[in-house]
Amino acid sequence: MKAAVVVFPGSNCDRDCKTAIERSTGAAVDMVWHAETELAADLDLIVLPGGFAYGDYLRAGAMAALSPVMGAVKAAAARGAPVVGICNGFQVLCEAGLLPGALMRNAGLKYVCKPVPLEVVNANTRFTAAYGQQRTAVMTVGNGEGAYFADPETLDRLEGEGRVVFRYRDNPNGSVRDIAGILNEGGNVLGIMPHPDRAFEAPLGSADGAPLFQSVLGHA
Amino acid sequence: MKAKVEVFLKPGVLDVQGKAVENALHGLGWPGAGNVRVGRVITFDTNATDPATARGEVEAMCERLLANPVIESWRIEVEP
Repeated sequence: MKAAVVVFPGSNCDRDCKTAIERSTGAAVDMVWHAETELAADLDLIVLPGGFAYGDYLRAGAMAALSPVMGAVKAAAARGAPVVGICNGFQVLCEAGLLPGALMRNAGLKYVCKPVPLEVVNANTRFTAAYGQQRTAVMTVGNGEGAYFADPETLDRLEGEGRVVFRYRDNPNGSVRDIAGILNEGGNVLGIMPHPDRAFEAPLGSADGAPLFQSVLGHA
Repeated sequence: MKAKVEVFLKPGVLDVQGKAVENALHGLGWPGAGNVRVGRVITFDTNATDPATARGEVEAMCERLLANPVIESWRIEVEP
């Protein structure tokens, strides 16, 4: 199994993602600089990591969405390759049009950084199958612009199609309908605001992020 | 032509920053300040030579990059 983590200028969770994937799945992880225009054809997972790509200039994710590598990410997503955007990566996916909606300033205006319990709403996806019967997963959020927003019709559609995959049990940022993670229409692109890459082993406070990577890449 | 774009959150979208500024204005003794919205102004030059062309270009720029149509609306001014 092989994964790639895209590194934008300003990414700061890229190495966390690499370590999380390696330790929880045993998969090999390529680090791909954002200026690349091609990705390996045999990738089993592409991760857009957290951070502040391009300093969040203009809007979080807006500049990164136009990065050269995003053409290759879009092509891979169109082929059905699994893509996960975590935190800033989720913002990039929305700005790139790979996921519906947008991420806005937190309702409390503050940067929120703490472990939060999530509901695994749909364990029947390629990103959540390994959660099985587990219905709560604790992961850390770390965001200032993590409030998910979409119009009511889009939200109804997401919910109706089982594409709301994770929900906050105690909403930390004002996300509409407590949404913490969503899927694209094809079920192969996931955006998640909390960090599975900060919760892959018990000494980190939680190992509940590991099943997300294991769902896609198998167990180590 | 010179272009100026004002970008604001759409009317129905909660502007938490505007809300905080509004509360601060109330605290400073202006209880009548209401409906505060915080936006962004972007100015630049374009090499378009007539207002209609410039406006068309800037409109496309707003849709593609300068604003996020999911949450934001915009107002364009162009002048020689």
